[in-house]
Amino acid sequence: MSARVTLAVCLRVLTQLRRDRRTLAMLVVLPCALLALLWWMFHGTGFGPGFDALGPPLLALVPFTLMFLVTSVTTLRERTSGTLERLLTMPLGKGDFLLGYALAFGLMAAVQSVLAVVVCVWLLGLTVAGPVWMLLVVAVLDAVLGTALGLFVSAFARTEFQAVQFMPALVIPQILLCGLFIARDAMPAVLHGISEVLPLSWAVDAMQHVAASAATGTAWADLAVVAGWSLVLLVLGAATLRRRSA
Amino acid sequence: MTAQAIEVTALCVERGDRTVLSGLDFGVPPGQVTGLLGPSGCGKTTLMRSIVGVQRITSGSVAVLGEPAGSLPLRDRVGYVTQAPSVYEDLTATENLTFFARVLDVGRDRITACLDLVGLTSHADQLVGRLSGGQRSRVSLAVALLAEPPVLVLDEPTVGLDPVLRLELWQAFHELAAAGAAVLVSSHVMDEASRCDRLLLMRDGRLIADETPAALLARTGATDVEGAFLQIVGVPAPRRVLS
Repeated sequence: MSARVTLAVCLRVLTQLRRDRRTLAMLVVLPCALLALLWWMFHGTGFGPGFDALGPPLLALVPFTLMFLVTSVTTLRERTSGTLERLLTMPLGKGDFLLGYALAFGLMAAVQSVLAVVVCVWLLGLTVAGPVWMLLVVAVLDAVLGTALGLFVSAFARTEFQAVQFMPALVIPQILLCGLFIARDAMPAVLHGISEVLPLSWAVDAMQHVAASAATGTAWADLAVVAGWSLVLLVLGAATLRRRSA
Repeated sequence: MTAQAIEVTALCVERGDRTVLSGLDFGVPPGQVTGLLGPSGCGKTTLMRSIVGVQRITSGSVAVLGEPAGSLPLRDRVGYVTQAPSVYEDLTATENLTFFARVLDVGRDRITACLDLVGLTSHADQLVGRLSGGQRSRVSLAVALLAEPPVLVLDEPTVGLDPVLRLELWQAFHELAAAGAAVLVSSHVMDEASRCDRLLLMRDGRLIADETPAALLARTGATDVEGAFLQIVGVPAPRRVLS
């Protein structure tokens, strides 16, 4: 692996994103709009768990899901257009390719998350007991997790249609089991067990811990699991990049 | 015997239960333009993929510059152009070249030189997606030329191009060969054969001729390469319908 090549991939992905104004706008505006919608839904009703309870999980879900989608489609395009094959005949390490993507989308996620956090905390009045910058750290790591999952999954899709179908297959179950609808320990034992393994559960836990407590120890522990998962998925993703194919 | 730039020995490739390449043996010398000719589907692309090391091969071996095909020391010494242009459509020609130049660690001066070589200087800042098919394949070709590789593997690089441009590109291939590169160019258009120093004729995954165009015509008694091809596969040349 080389820093030169990793950086080249990262810069190239960012240039492509800059070209695609509409995607860029959606990446930046959508999370804020969704969070505002959530806030409005509960505003003045007094029903349900309220924005303070659901805002943090959503702040974890949105970057994860969006980055998963964007990454799986972009990488799939790279696989089908022949550019990946060409790159693999060049002095490019598989790690350079994956890390370049993870860096570019991680950076994109940072921008996205800064705005989402600013909107939540200062505009919509989300109550956060922990440090606000910690929300940002969690959001960026969640986005990197989504990127890593997207990179891995794109190996199993032949078309963009299939890539998008991996969202209901791999992302929605994680949303259902992450504790957003029922506390995870109140679920049937088997599902609780599964939810303990799924990366998004830890991502949402981290966000909830930052929101609920000034002590950041538990949140860091959750984040360690999220980072571990991202690393495992990136390594698995590297294994799917084959220089030789049939 | 001079050292071959590409040495293919008993190469077999099977895909599923279909044999795509069956026992190919040949060499490609440096300093020449070698044409790989044959109808679509005869295995040209699979052979080229084997040479650049992205094809899983069943048996046999491919050595490039004395190294196993696709091995690490070859990664910046083999220029490869796929049939479908493998460049980023949402970037400009210059941005594409800038990216690949960074990956290959070559200077910025090569970017302008390569754009000039493929005649795209005036389209340098246009998005590749907005260029015509021929222009796109030229961007792809420019990428392959960036590192001034001693081995160039070009899969149908001149398909659909304007005759003037085609001529210019063939001249460029010969200049690269004159500078010492081994240039392997595939085409399904038989009339491009006359532009090659050496010919490899393929049909159904087998090599049916490996000689200079002149020797091929002399051996078969045909007037053109198309006729020679028919002669070799045992089909009598068609009588002229129109006089």
